[in-house]
Amino acid sequence: MQRLFPYDIIAPHLTAQREIQMKKMKGKLLMTAAEIDLVLARISAEIVEKLGPRNEFAIIGIRRRGVPLGERLCKKIEAILKRPIPFGILDITLYRDDLTAISNRPMLRETLIDFDINNLSLVLVDDVLYTGRTIRAALDGIVDLGRPRRVQLAVLIDRGSRELPIQADYVGKQVQVAEDETVEVRLTEEDQEERVLLLKKPPPSQSVEENY
Amino acid sequence: MTSLSHKDLLGVEQLSVDDINLILDTAEALREVSARPVKKVPTLRGKTVINLFFEPSTRTRSSFELAEKRLSADILNFSASTSSVSKGETLLDTAHNLESMSPDIIVIRHESAGAPHLLGRECRSSVVNAGDGMHEHPTQALLDALTVRTVKKRLEGLKLAIIGDISHSRVARSDTILFHKMGADVWVCGPPTLIPWEFDKLGATITGRMEEAIEGADVIMMLRLQHERQNEAFIPSTREYYNFYGLTRERMRLANKDTIVMHPGPMNRGVEIDSDVADAEYSVILNQVANGVATRMAVLYLLSGNAGLKLRRSSR
Repeated sequence: MQRLFPYDIIAPHLTAQREIQMKKMKGKLLMTAAEIDLVLARISAEIVEKLGPRNEFAIIGIRRRGVPLGERLCKKIEAILKRPIPFGILDITLYRDDLTAISNRPMLRETLIDFDINNLSLVLVDDVLYTGRTIRAALDGIVDLGRPRRVQLAVLIDRGSRELPIQADYVGKQVQVAEDETVEVRLTEEDQEERVLLLKKPPPSQSVEENY
Repeated sequence: MTSLSHKDLLGVEQLSVDDINLILDTAEALREVSARPVKKVPTLRGKTVINLFFEPSTRTRSSFELAEKRLSADILNFSASTSSVSKGETLLDTAHNLESMSPDIIVIRHESAGAPHLLGRECRSSVVNAGDGMHEHPTQALLDALTVRTVKKRLEGLKLAIIGDISHSRVARSDTILFHKMGADVWVCGPPTLIPWEFDKLGATITGRMEEAIEGADVIMMLRLQHERQNEAFIPSTREYYNFYGLTRERMRLANKDTIVMHPGPMNRGVEIDSDVADAEYSVILNQVANGVATRMAVLYLLSGNAGLKLRRSSR
């Protein structure tokens, strides 16, 4: 069954590219490289529209894949507004709510926010919004660093099945995903390839990490 | 997901290269917490850490305490002078009593080598060695490695000269083992009366001449004369010791241009190290102290996940 994506109308050449990529792998292709770029362009325009001219704001990428996504958004917004936008990196590991429940420690990486976030509007960026627990942890992490004026959330994929009352302000693509499936965002900076896939979930032993 | 391969941190000896790198990477990430306006993260909330210090300690103890507090753990402090040890209780009884309070981590310093190992075998909690006799002081070696790695960007291939009272120093032992494991060229130097000749088995090159140790060294680590662990018979006088083994500006000329000077503290200025060397730009002694908190936070964070492992194993 061939589904019609809105990109077929905006950019018909993308459909051909999608078909070539689909043949290459087992999972279902949710987004191609060009679609990711298109969606990021739209989100950056939305951020500029909502926050741009009046507000001092910054972009915060959540490790790991929120970081390259955030950087790209930042560049696009800088190109539109023609002024530098501060960019920071947040590691939420220390704030996870399952640290007491799991015996293995998740790998810790540095939080790098070298500007004052007090009274700043912040846009958190992550790849997939699922249970909402990552964002809960990220909000706790942000509050420890200062008191921002407001915090918004931008995600590439919203896959539903929330476990906390958290919603995104900017969504790249909404997808209905079954519990036994997983959305994998692969980005050039982290994975040496660029696309979003829908896969069957690996065995349950790894599912603690998957929920985040 | 990563984890240490041990329940306890008893010494550097048991750690693999991967373990060491994991601790150092984690410590590097945790340094940022101490630079925040609010220096606290909720990671160890609800975990209990007991600090059991049978020997006087200011630096290590406050460093551990700060690390525990910054990770939001609950802390219980015991020192030998105020506890029932002074009333004749054995270490094992103390351990079992503490264990009944179900702590998650026990940090212990003891004047006898192997005391933490005994505790580690007997207790379900994770045990961290904060110095046992003249044996090991793993967190100090780890923070030294972090300090060197931060400045030099590597440990492999560096020449490390450890100079001073090697015999009585658990720091020298742990540092030698760790840096040798990580591929550094370790030299130990001091008066022959203060060097155990078995140090070559740990991978170190031994020399009695300070010039030989310093020449071409990337890192110079000075050790304190441990008066409390020795009578004066090892050296004729501190003045003579200074003449032969004191780190002075003149001797520093023999070292590489980008050599760094370290000292685990407390320093005896004018005995093993000159004041102007201790305060010079190439001295990273205060960086060591700052890195100490981050390193201990890393150890506590990584071990706090392992306590359950042993619990399952020991309930057989």
